[in-house]
Amino acid sequence: MIEVNEKIAIEHGLKKDEYKKICDLLKRTPNITELGIFSAMWNEHCSYKSSRLHLKKLPTKGKKVIQGPGENAGVIDIEDGDAIVFKIESHNHPSFIEPYQGAATGVGGIMRDVFTMGARPIANLNSIHFGSPQHKKTKNLLRGVVHGIGGYGNCIGVPTIAGQTSFDSSYNGNILVNAMTLGLVKKNKIFYSKAVGIDKPVIYVGSKTGRDGIHGASMASASFDEKIEEKKPTVQVGDPFTEKLLLEACLELMAGDSIIAIQDMGAAGLTSSSIEMASKGNLGIELDLNKVPCRESKMTPYEIMLSESQERMLIVLENGKEELAKKIFDKWNLDFAVIGKTTNTKNIELFFDNKQVAKIPVNTLVENSPMYDRKWKKAKLPKKNKIKKEFINKLKIKDILNKILSNPNVCSKEWIWQQYDHTVMGDTIQKPGGNSGVVRVHGTNKAVAATVDSSAVYCWAHPLTGGKQVVCESWRNLISVGATPIAITNCLNFGSPENEDNMGEFVECVQGIGEASKFLGFPVVSGNVSFYNQTKEVGIKPTPAIGGVGLIKNYKQMITMDFKEINNLVLIIGKTEGHMDQSLFARTILDEKNGPPPEINLFNEKNNGETLLQLIKNDLVKSAHDVSLGGIITAISKMCIKGNKGFEFKKLNIFINEIEYLFSEDQGRYIIEINPSDLQKVSKILEKNSVHFDELGKIVDKYLIISQKTKVTIDELKSYNTSWLKDYMN
Amino acid sequence: MKSAVITFPGSNCDRDMGVALKKFGFKNEMVWHDDNELPKSDLIVLPGGFSYGDYLRCGSMASKSKIMNSVIEFANSGGLVMGICNGFQILVETGLLPGVLLRNKYLEFICKNVFVKVENNNNPYFKNLSKNILKLHIAHNEGNYFCTGEQLKEIEDNNQIAIYYSDEDGKTNEEFNPNGSMKNIAGIFNKNKNVLGMMPHPERMIDESLSGEDGSLFFKNLINNIR
Repeated sequence: MIEVNEKIAIEHGLKKDEYKKICDLLKRTPNITELGIFSAMWNEHCSYKSSRLHLKKLPTKGKKVIQGPGENAGVIDIEDGDAIVFKIESHNHPSFIEPYQGAATGVGGIMRDVFTMGARPIANLNSIHFGSPQHKKTKNLLRGVVHGIGGYGNCIGVPTIAGQTSFDSSYNGNILVNAMTLGLVKKNKIFYSKAVGIDKPVIYVGSKTGRDGIHGASMASASFDEKIEEKKPTVQVGDPFTEKLLLEACLELMAGDSIIAIQDMGAAGLTSSSIEMASKGNLGIELDLNKVPCRESKMTPYEIMLSESQERMLIVLENGKEELAKKIFDKWNLDFAVIGKTTNTKNIELFFDNKQVAKIPVNTLVENSPMYDRKWKKAKLPKKNKIKKEFINKLKIKDILNKILSNPNVCSKEWIWQQYDHTVMGDTIQKPGGNSGVVRVHGTNKAVAATVDSSAVYCWAHPLTGGKQVVCESWRNLISVGATPIAITNCLNFGSPENEDNMGEFVECVQGIGEASKFLGFPVVSGNVSFYNQTKEVGIKPTPAIGGVGLIKNYKQMITMDFKEINNLVLIIGKTEGHMDQSLFARTILDEKNGPPPEINLFNEKNNGETLLQLIKNDLVKSAHDVSLGGIITAISKMCIKGNKGFEFKKLNIFINEIEYLFSEDQGRYIIEINPSDLQKVSKILEKNSVHFDELGKIVDKYLIISQKTKVTIDELKSYNTSWLKDYMN
Repeated sequence: MKSAVITFPGSNCDRDMGVALKKFGFKNEMVWHDDNELPKSDLIVLPGGFSYGDYLRCGSMASKSKIMNSVIEFANSGGLVMGICNGFQILVETGLLPGVLLRNKYLEFICKNVFVKVENNNNPYFKNLSKNILKLHIAHNEGNYFCTGEQLKEIEDNNQIAIYYSDEDGKTNEEFNPNGSMKNIAGIFNKNKNVLGMMPHPERMIDESLSGEDGSLFFKNLINNIR
């Protein structure tokens, strides 16, 4: 057996003082298995040691919140005894090393988190970010990730209903792959990970344990260097077929009353799942590792405990239910083994070949895990830039529109989402490419809307504002489809927490997320932190991804963004001030990368959104779209493209430059289509709520008419918007 | 009218198909792949999905399931058997239908609406259908139909081609072919026209809130034809 010392501990990713703390807590030197367990539990990915302090400040409670952070996923109430379980999670590091398997197992992992709680997954989403399109790795990474996400989700038969893709050179060496799943469960049939009772059988089900993914969680807790390709063996391999069987078998067992606690084996496999259940129940757990079904011969206790083989679950059963449970897993051809029991010792005790190979007090691994108050730097609000009017006045709007609509971050992502099954389960009523994806709650009049958003550029320019903005963007995307926003999940992707600037970005983005979510009553119910998205000294732009979920009580009132009818009027809700800094226009047309992001006014945000919802509930809105990247004209163009209709602007009665009006990215705005005969009713509601609005123009046939000078056909708009990605990938 | 939908390990459109059949009046039963006997039925459906994870070859392992002995027997005695997507792949693997389904031409999974032109109305599936161009939905990775020249001649001579990928006017040019299928073939019959395999999913088009209603048209017509 290997002698453990400080050097070996450091090779396991532990710091010197962390190793010392382990020896102090145990009052002895750990053996290699124990060291492996500590390193798995204490790494950044599992322990949240740099983020915990700050995450505590997020608002996590609300009338609709059934379960906040701390379980496998968050749970919200959607009335009538139904609940939605949802969470987002990162799989960034493995996806860069092996894009197909990295992305696939990311999808598999998040779906397991959801069905572990008793919920049948009903929708998948993803937020994926790649380096510059010109970078030599980007194309293959994109293709691999998309194939991986599709390969897994399509096979399981859960529709992928929405997502987000962006390109930015800061991701050249560290792509981001964040996967989100929503599941549906009855409120009184939710399963948790807290073990209760002593001498209860601990059951292992699912795939066999192999040597894949050992130390995967540690890999995800370190920066990359030129040797990163050597880490390929630490990437897990997914088997969606087994996961489908596991899903069906678990749901079948969950229909009865045999399960006390259940936990999927995700990061740090058997280690974190067993310790989690014991810790939550304030119990001990005893495992006989010879009973763990293994795929490879001669696996050591160390390997068995640290393997991240996929599609496995750990269950604490009621006594006497073993036979019944085994029958179900046999039917689905899955491994089933009683591998241990709960104890009152509050220790995790492992046995192998009749010898005790590890004995660790559970609390030393969980409550006593390190927590750091890392140093961080506060970001200053950058100074505003002066736009050179002489320069922009010379620009042709049609040319700019072409550049903006075909920009990789704005263009149609149909090439991607056509590779995802988005209609299986027969309840997808709004497919990808809209403001949010929407699925019906099977067999009811309700529907659930979900969206995933991030704005790395705004967060990079000013983290506090950026953090607020992402939450607002999520809120707006839900409202635009007629959904009442309920709660969010967050995936916080940042560089190294040991770098003061990166840590500052994290702290202030979290603060911004917290402020917005508190003000909007849009609490955070689950999430995940991914640090060390960094190659050598260079970190990614701060990229918190927010997954929002909302409810549409009557799905027939759902709104889509396609223009519906010629001669209908189009209004813009919210004030256009002409904020150009950090807009797509400033960055791509003016090549100006400095300046503050658009300001967030939370009062207006809430008021505008809630008033629009009121209009929608009164059946006064025919189509709606929030104004985001690329400004008013981009939003209008997309509504034209989707509806295959034109639009004519009224003569603009504005005090700012036409280009500023069309391309600025002021926040809290929506474009809505209404029937001309409803104008009075609509104005009355907007005025009563003190919501600023302007009449923009009306829907016409075939042309987008901006002024006498500028006329674009819908086919031209379509070709601007749909060609880039297809051409790039072929 | 009674129908049965077979669930294989990895089927994932079994529920959707059951929902659709019930909606249009079938008394439907779900049947487990490991069972020996079929319930008394007027229609057997092999649903879409990834039976056995599509490992080895799509549909190949499912085609050897216990229940398939009864399905083959039922088909050979003239019973109606319909395979959608993975179900089509399974039927081809059993030999009930000729040809094979290869990987899509561009090596990518495709999920989108397509138009199909109904070629052959002289059968229980499409007889009396009020339209001969339907908007249906496809979602597959291996829908690229292929067969030998001899087989093609035979299926053409016997009018076994059921539907073609087309545009909304029924043109069957290559540009409307989503997956590289020979002759734009989207679905075929056996010689007796009691067995139908097709890639498009009518069960995903049964509601105006979903992508459309041409699936409803198909099922309503089907149950009327069987009655």
